[in-house]
Amino acid sequence: MTTTTVLGLSVILFVLGVVAFFVKRDLLTQFMAVEIMLNAANLAFLGLARTIDRADAQAIVFFVMTVAAAEAAVGLAIVLLVFRRRRSIRTEDQNGMRG
Amino acid sequence: MTADLIFWVLAVLCVGAVAAMILSRNQGHNALFLVLAFSALGGIFGLLDAAFAAVIQILVYAGAIMVLFLFVLMMIDPREAIAPERRQRAKYLGGAMGLILLVELGFALRGLFDSNFAFDGGSAGPAAVGRSLFTTYLYPFEITSVLILAALVGAVVLGKKEKPES
Amino acid sequence: MPFYIFIPAAPALSALVLFLFGRRLPRKFISLQASLAVGISFVLSVAAFIGLPAASSSGERILSRTIFPWISAGRLQADFSFRFDPLTAIMAFVVTGVGLLIHVYSIGYMAKDRDYGRYFACLNLFTFAMLILVLAENMVLMFVGWEGVGLCSYLLIGFWFEKPSAAAAGKKAFLVNRIGDAGFLLGILFLFAVVGTTSFYGIESAALGAVIPPAAATLIALLLFVGAAGKSAQIPLYIWLPDAMEGPTPVSALIHAATMVTAGVYMVARLNLLYDLAPAAGQVVALVGALTAVYAGTIALVQNDIKRVLAYSTISQLGYMFLGCGVGAYGAGIFHLFTHAFFKSLLFLAAGSVIHALSGEQDLRKMGGLRKRLPRTYPVFLIGALAIAGVPFLSGFFSKDAILTQAFAQGRYFVGALGLAGAVLTAFYMFRLVFLAFFGEARLSPGAKSHLHESPPILTVPLMILAFLSVAAGYLGLPALLGKRANLFAGFLEPVLRPAAEGHLSAGTEWSLIFASVAAAAMGIGLAALFYLKNTALPSRWAARIPWLYDLLSHKYFVDEIYGAVIVNPLVRASEWTYRRFDLGIIDAAVDGTAKTAGFFGKAAGIIQTGLIKDYALAILLGVLIFLGVLLF
Repeated sequence: MTTTTVLGLSVILFVLGVVAFFVKRDLLTQFMAVEIMLNAANLAFLGLARTIDRADAQAIVFFVMTVAAAEAAVGLAIVLLVFRRRRSIRTEDQNGMRG
Repeated sequence: MTADLIFWVLAVLCVGAVAAMILSRNQGHNALFLVLAFSALGGIFGLLDAAFAAVIQILVYAGAIMVLFLFVLMMIDPREAIAPERRQRAKYLGGAMGLILLVELGFALRGLFDSNFAFDGGSAGPAAVGRSLFTTYLYPFEITSVLILAALVGAVVLGKKEKPES
Repeated sequence: MPFYIFIPAAPALSALVLFLFGRRLPRKFISLQASLAVGISFVLSVAAFIGLPAASSSGERILSRTIFPWISAGRLQADFSFRFDPLTAIMAFVVTGVGLLIHVYSIGYMAKDRDYGRYFACLNLFTFAMLILVLAENMVLMFVGWEGVGLCSYLLIGFWFEKPSAAAAGKKAFLVNRIGDAGFLLGILFLFAVVGTTSFYGIESAALGAVIPPAAATLIALLLFVGAAGKSAQIPLYIWLPDAMEGPTPVSALIHAATMVTAGVYMVARLNLLYDLAPAAGQVVALVGALTAVYAGTIALVQNDIKRVLAYSTISQLGYMFLGCGVGAYGAGIFHLFTHAFFKSLLFLAAGSVIHALSGEQDLRKMGGLRKRLPRTYPVFLIGALAIAGVPFLSGFFSKDAILTQAFAQGRYFVGALGLAGAVLTAFYMFRLVFLAFFGEARLSPGAKSHLHESPPILTVPLMILAFLSVAAGYLGLPALLGKRANLFAGFLEPVLRPAAEGHLSAGTEWSLIFASVAAAAMGIGLAALFYLKNTALPSRWAARIPWLYDLLSHKYFVDEIYGAVIVNPLVRASEWTYRRFDLGIIDAAVDGTAKTAGFFGKAAGIIQTGLIKDYALAILLGVLIFLGVLLF
């Protein structure tokens, strides 16, 4: 379990998150993909913490999680609103922000 | 040695869960697979001597955030979300670009780390983390509390039922 | 103490105050301030005049002072400098003296006008500009004054700018002047090129030192005369002056009789040494002057508007002044300028009094019998008419005689004869005016009749002062017959304007010339009496017999129409074409085109803003990939 391995895992997870985002067609699941990417970042932080500064890295991870939680709360509320308006959470044909 | 083994098991579990999540069409399954993935990740955090992070990963991510997702899922009728196959453009393009990303990041890794780094020792227990949080990162700490407050208010306001027009 | 440098100061300050605050100041204050300003200038002019020593050595009677260095560009050095010599003294005296009388008159005449403050502001500004013109020590500064009076002329002619005819007249005056100014400016430039400086001292030295080749001198003199023709309303640039009568009558008196229009004559006299070097130019000047004198006189014969008659009369008399200067008698030309200022402004102001009394009527055909009803206006008007007609013992006689005498003495018989013919015409149209307005039965409209009243003293007192001057001023320039020293005027001007190169007439010829001009005046007055006093049916009978001539004259030889068709119209059409082709077609198209292009690119760029989340995410990912790529490789 070398640092490189851990970071490699982090990279794989991040790429998987990206792919997930493009593959999925509904808002909610795409949101989940974003969470995956955030987690990959957290993993990278902690992977490096072993060699650089462990305590600080955990503090940063703490912040990332907090922000992710806040973001999830608001984002999910928005998803709810979108669903109420349009009765669907598909993203392919919702181009309200066009132009 | 054991640590390595556990690591690989957890790693495979995590990646596998994420892959399953990608492949599954059912949103409920997606969420649950992610719970599994995050839990595995929490275990990995623990292996990395980040006890605090591991615990809050399970508590917050797997326990709270994903539960939130499940709540919303239950409020939404997912039937609409599964649509007939059309416009694959983004999917394949995304996949291709993801591959490129993978390659690039791989290169990044190789360039940066040629050898293993050893532990440098030092405490990483919650006490140390707490100390760091309340001294070096005091400002961000306070600001995140405000952030959470804002998110709370925002979520409540956004989530309120619309008043019926009459 | 160099009083003269302060002469233009008071009117300038007053004008500034009135332009800024004129609307808010009480009328009494404005009247007082404006008149006082000119009064101060007058007093300073007199003081400076007295300060000129009586010695005849020229050095002590030509003063100059540099107020501040102004233009210094390469070889051109034109300072803001004033020059005071006998010629300047006379001009300043006329401008400020007559100006003061007219300011006072205006207090009464413009009393009911809405834009009282603006009027006096413009009048003061004019006084300032005219003073700059006559005080200038070099041609560049003189040109500043030249343009300044042109501007004020525009402002004052178009004073009642809501009246379309007045606005058009102001525009016409300014534009025609501008044409003359083009020639003037070219003249100045050529002068500078040849002499190296525009200061009068430098020009005079160059002229005396035979530095200027005759061909160059002729060219310069002619170009400058083009400017003078514009400003002093000679053929072919006189067309603005009759239209200028749209302005208030005191303005006509001051600007278009006594001062501004005389600027051209002043300029020629100032540069007399230059004109002496170019006899061909002098001949042109004299010829144009004489022709204009007769030409304008013929038009005045058939005008029905009292002010128009006086306007053409002014054009005609200006012609006389140029006649004088053209034959080398600059002193005589300036003398006529001097006397004309008095009797012509008298005539205009008296006409204003008549118009005021008749509640605005200006048509001669609607006047008559005013002699008894306007007991203070009539006598002074008569004096002015007698003066301009050249009746002996009044000023006009002396000055006109001086010009004609010199013309014949120099052997210029043709222009001299034209001058005599003009004298007949002058007397005739002037007394036609007098008889039509003041004699005979009253042909007034009922409204005018009921309100008929003599003008108040504020209008009549300046008239009386001017009448006195119209008589007395002549005695300053008694003919040489009565002794060489009798001509005080010419003696005073000697260091600046040398008397015409010796052409002498025998005493007998001079007397017969005087007799001839008296006879001309008598003939004119007599014929006018015949046509308009005794047998009032005669004019219409004659008009019926030669209708083509009458039409030609009353339409002013159709000159305005000719100019319009040949010059104005083609220019207007050409500029419209240019406007459409270039302004709209090219410039507007370029500007619009730029906007359209920007819009096009905006729309084009907007294609990537599809509103779909995945597309945006793709873009972000692409950016990240490129960024990483650059970082890594």
